[in-house]
Amino acid sequence: MKEPNDVILKTAAKIAAIIILTFSIHLFLSGHHNPGGGFIGGLAFVAAVVLLYLVHGIEKVQRNIPVNFKKIAGLGVLISVFTGVKGMMDGHPFLNQTFGIVDLPILGKTETATAVLFDVGVALAVIGASLTIILSISDDR
Amino acid sequence: MMNNLIILPIIIPIIAGMLMVIGRNMLIFHRLLSLVANISVGLVSVLLIEQIRVDEIQVLNLGGWQAPFGITLVADMFAVMLVLVTAIVTSCCLCYAFSSIGIERERHYFYPLVLFMIAGVNGAFLTGDIFNLFVCFEVMLVASYVLISLGGTRIQLRESIKYILINMISSFFFLAAIAFLYGMTGTLNMAHLSILVAEIGEGGLMTAVAFLFLIVFSLKAGLLLFYWLPGSYSAPPPAIAAIFAALLTKVGVYAIIRVFSLIFYHEPSVTHQFIGILAAITMVLGAMGAIAYGDIKRILTYNVLIGIGFILAGFASFSPAGMSGTVYYLIHDMITKALLFLLGGTIIYLTGTGKLKEMSGLIRLHPQLGWMFFIAALSLAGLPPLSGFIGKIFITRGTFHAGYFWLGGIGLLSSLMVLYSMLKIFMNVFWGYTNFTEETEKGTTKGLLLPIGMLTALTFTLGLGAEGIHEYVDMAVMGLMDPSLYIDAVRGGNPW
Repeated sequence: MKEPNDVILKTAAKIAAIIILTFSIHLFLSGHHNPGGGFIGGLAFVAAVVLLYLVHGIEKVQRNIPVNFKKIAGLGVLISVFTGVKGMMDGHPFLNQTFGIVDLPILGKTETATAVLFDVGVALAVIGASLTIILSISDDR
Repeated sequence: MMNNLIILPIIIPIIAGMLMVIGRNMLIFHRLLSLVANISVGLVSVLLIEQIRVDEIQVLNLGGWQAPFGITLVADMFAVMLVLVTAIVTSCCLCYAFSSIGIERERHYFYPLVLFMIAGVNGAFLTGDIFNLFVCFEVMLVASYVLISLGGTRIQLRESIKYILINMISSFFFLAAIAFLYGMTGTLNMAHLSILVAEIGEGGLMTAVAFLFLIVFSLKAGLLLFYWLPGSYSAPPPAIAAIFAALLTKVGVYAIIRVFSLIFYHEPSVTHQFIGILAAITMVLGAMGAIAYGDIKRILTYNVLIGIGFILAGFASFSPAGMSGTVYYLIHDMITKALLFLLGGTIIYLTGTGKLKEMSGLIRLHPQLGWMFFIAALSLAGLPPLSGFIGKIFITRGTFHAGYFWLGGIGLLSSLMVLYSMLKIFMNVFWGYTNFTEETEKGTTKGLLLPIGMLTALTFTLGLGAEGIHEYVDMAVMGLMDPSLYIDAVRGGNPW
């Protein structure tokens, strides 16, 4: 059988995926003061990956991103919980957060907060969980 | 005062469960870690009980955000006692699961799921925020959805659809009730709610919201709205069914007790009397079911319902005696229900059938099993010196004091029916002509008798040592009867 001609789809998806991934990182980083954060950033990331799945097929994407998404979700939750535990070890309440202003090479004076670490965990958990769900639904054996 | 110990019963199971998800194929590690996690939760709760006894109610404001704006965890005596019993019962059920649950279920995340459910259960006990109560309920339920269908046998799939649907609907009502309450008071912190509801007064609208909460928790606890329960609880394998019977309905009962002793306690002649009526009907219907059926699983699930009705009968009386009965009986019921479901599961496992008519004479080959079943039956019926006795006395006295003679009477009658239904199982299964030999048995009791024996020993100890835990039960009752203790602890000296 002849392969369907999807050159336009593949080209558009390539560009779109890059845009979505960039936007997801933007959403993730703006989360501290503006709308966004780990959950939304993670979901936007998943949207890009799902687009790749749709265009290139599950096998091909899995060959190129060989990770177990269940483990990613587990790792994410662990990171989030341990940022909370860190506050406990210093005698503060669980989930205590701090921030400081540091001088970074290119960005100049930047506000860094431990809440970002928590958000990294959330993002990983969302990415892992949603991709696991999508993959198990699409796999109808 | 701030106490970080309170978060540990919630995060220890989560951390352990996530480590297991990452190391999926190391099953020995799964078993060990799940047991270690439960035992450490038990130790933490013992520490907390001691601190509460010496100090007062312990509070943790997560992230340092003060109540009522942040998320508060509150550990009072009642909640922490239940956390301790949860840890003990779950450890025993896990020991039973080691040799009975089967490698397929273990490979499909059985232990992490149990731990996530425990995290939800402990969270529901310890939270001081009504929205977080909802969240913890959901955590617990999502894990239980998977556990009930894990294995995918025909009956499990059929029952899990009913179970999920009924719980989705009740969660929706729960959310709606919280929204109404938030609309009227503007807060979600339970201590703050208690103050504001007292100021606004429990008028018609507030009572309507209270009844909405009652419907939700009744669905979860199996109080009158229990039609989903007998089917769902007899579908999964015994280790899972035992955890469900011991814990899930009790979380609903806990929520009823907490909400109707802390927030909606102003109109006991309306709300609490109504709870009493529901409890009475539940006991009657449960007793009918327990007598009518000839199938072990059915009889046991209907006994769960009788237990729920009896616990809430004590709460409905809303007197110190009735409340201490409720606390005693709740603890007793969690232990004995787990014990009975494990025993029932073992009998079915040995004979390969649940029908009473098809088995007899089991005691010749399994004397320990038989006698432990007999002890469990007597304990459930409330015979001294076993653990059910003291709770029954206090609950009956409480209902009589409050003038609810009908409620106490139905409670006593239902105990007789419990005894009848349990002895029906005992006589049919263990007495009579032994119609099979060791060769024709479907399984062995190897590794199954240890957790059962531990729970049996526990019901003995709890019965004989009732005096020893009296001080703690008294503190729990004091906290439930006087909401200002809870409020002051959460407020921590801040003006609201």
